[in-house]
Amino acid sequence: MDPEYRFKHKHVLGLADFSAEDIQSVLQTAESFKEISSRSIKKVPTLRGKTIINFFFEPSTRTRLSFEVAAKRMSADTFNISNSGSSTVKGETLIDTARNLAAMNPDCIIIRHPRSGAARLLAGHIKASVINAGDGTHEHPSQGLLDLMTVREAKGKLAGLKIAIIGDIAHSRVAHSNIIGFSKMGASVTVSGPATLIPPGIEELGAQVSRTVMEAVDGADVIMALRIQKERQQDPLFPSLREYAQFFGVSHRVVAAAKPDAIIMHPGPINRGVELDPKLADGSRSVILEQVTNGVAVRMALIYLIMGGD
Amino acid sequence: MPGLILLKNGRVIDPANGIDQNLDVLIADGKISAVAQPGSLPEEKGRLVYDLLGKWVVPGLIDMHVHLREPGQEYKETIETGTRAAAAGGFTAVAAMPNTKPVNDNQAVTLFILAKAAQAGFAKVYPVGAISSGSKGEHLAEFGELRQAGAVAVTDDGLPVGNSQLMRRALEYAGNHDLLVISHAEEMTLSHGGAMNDGPLATRLGLRGIPHVAEEIMVYRDLALAEFTGRPIHIAHVSTRESLALIRRAKGKGVAVTAETAPHYFTLTETAVDGYNTLAKMNPPLRTEADVAAIREALRDGTLDAIATDHAPHGELDKDIEFDLAANGIIGLETAVPLTLQLVRENQLDARRMVELLSLNPARILGVSGGTLSVGAPADIAVIDPEQKFVFTEESILSKSRNSPFLGWELQGKAVLTILDGRITWRQEPFSS
Repeated sequence: MDPEYRFKHKHVLGLADFSAEDIQSVLQTAESFKEISSRSIKKVPTLRGKTIINFFFEPSTRTRLSFEVAAKRMSADTFNISNSGSSTVKGETLIDTARNLAAMNPDCIIIRHPRSGAARLLAGHIKASVINAGDGTHEHPSQGLLDLMTVREAKGKLAGLKIAIIGDIAHSRVAHSNIIGFSKMGASVTVSGPATLIPPGIEELGAQVSRTVMEAVDGADVIMALRIQKERQQDPLFPSLREYAQFFGVSHRVVAAAKPDAIIMHPGPINRGVELDPKLADGSRSVILEQVTNGVAVRMALIYLIMGGD
Repeated sequence: MPGLILLKNGRVIDPANGIDQNLDVLIADGKISAVAQPGSLPEEKGRLVYDLLGKWVVPGLIDMHVHLREPGQEYKETIETGTRAAAAGGFTAVAAMPNTKPVNDNQAVTLFILAKAAQAGFAKVYPVGAISSGSKGEHLAEFGELRQAGAVAVTDDGLPVGNSQLMRRALEYAGNHDLLVISHAEEMTLSHGGAMNDGPLATRLGLRGIPHVAEEIMVYRDLALAEFTGRPIHIAHVSTRESLALIRRAKGKGVAVTAETAPHYFTLTETAVDGYNTLAKMNPPLRTEADVAAIREALRDGTLDAIATDHAPHGELDKDIEFDLAANGIIGLETAVPLTLQLVRENQLDARRMVELLSLNPARILGVSGGTLSVGAPADIAVIDPEQKFVFTEESILSKSRNSPFLGWELQGKAVLTILDGRITWRQEPFSS
């Protein structure tokens, strides 16, 4: 890495804004922070006196908790606001609510929102740093980074790997951030799933599209299954979960087509038996819980870096 | 009573009479009283004289597609502010879409609009009634009563007529009352939930796309119904290449179809929404380079008959929010002239064609007066300075709303004087003769 390089982003809105060096820098920082979580006293004073607000408009267990754990392990003060308790349900606009929060002088607002672009909208109206914890079907950059970290840990590198992402690419912000992130780091990404769930122009983000799952995983180093959102069943995207599992689920047969040492990932929460065979989720190739562990380290790194630490 | 006005030395462009040359125009008693060689009309006492050398004198522009928002959404626009903006843009008449609150599906709303317009006095307002009661797409609105009260056309604009049988009946029944049927072409099961043009950019932004076929399927249906019923149809705000191909084909077969596009569809592509710019969010959405090129071609070759602005004022509250939730539409009355003149400067259109698209054809399609400078016609006139450059800023806007993707653009060409029935409704100050 260029010795002159410095991480200069104030906000983390999407991996589309990050260079390969930015990603490299986050991963390195995260790797050095990971050890903190394995200590018996899991806390460093780095961000003492800093205020971080978790502003979540969508239900979330692991992402919200992961950000909160990350912030607390660095001694920042954290506050959580969820949609049901916030004044947006009383008719206040996102920007008004955000300005009110900003008036309490937080250093960073972490936002999860069902609308694409919401994090960018927020960043344009307040002084604090903004971290996008998932906006609509746009991006989920911290998830993308933790996936990159997990793969790099397992494989020792990213460049030259083949990543197969299987499932609902159209509605998955995780897939978008992963396609962008892995491509920027020199890996090749192939996606597959029902054609109804492959959005137009996904190639422009850096992915290749395969018609069948078997073709997509052929020779893959990494297989990532995406969650099928059962609530999308009104839209006629595929006939049934039963048929989905049969043709697009990641099974032992599918895994057999990948490299012998291929790893299996899933951003969670898993519909066991739909997009992923339960035995594979719990099996030796699965790095799903490593993803969760690395999530904390990556989020510590992001919070630390945007607050100008070095 | 409006006095005598003499417009000297301007370039008079009047396609209805095949005129494009420097002439003097005399206005008396609210009508065009003479059009003659420069210097041949005496500058008698009491005449207001304008020397318009280098400027264009054209029939007052007619915008056949505006949303004046009154009654119901006066915080966005009123009939007074909207028609004042129209006058400043060179327009002397506008057709007011019926999606007010309440919907203009009855004579009471139509008469209210006409009364407010007369009170304001900035432009002729032609009310357009709803096709269906409440624009709910279920039952025909009372076309006869709407026509009697002063409506010139019907549409459920803002929404398509999803029910094909209702659209067929509307076309048939509109014939009894001499009303034009205007189609907002959108197949809702395809466009539902969409926020921008479907394609790679929508994918990158994580926004649900509105595919071009959503428009084209409905354009085809309405052309088929027009042919089947033998009744004329007008297709509003055409945005796609394939819609134009369908319209061209229908015209070739002799179907009575006319069509309009808006300046944004020949000026901008979907890239204007990148960064979640809600000022470029509209329905139909901005499309691609290929669509823009096809629209320009169709303006030249006659497939498109009119340029209408689809002036759609919205307040900050409707635009400064999440992209998905933001309202569709932009204001357009004050930018139509410079954006269309850009096509003239690029030799895509000639001046005469521009006047046809913005004045003569809308008058003919709607069956209203205006669109010409014939002696005896109402003195509805726009004087355009084609050279004047200006930066389009929020402060300069006369509309009550500011939602334009052209804010900050340097534009060229401006209406400097607008005359309605012989009265001056807009004069840019200081006026340089």
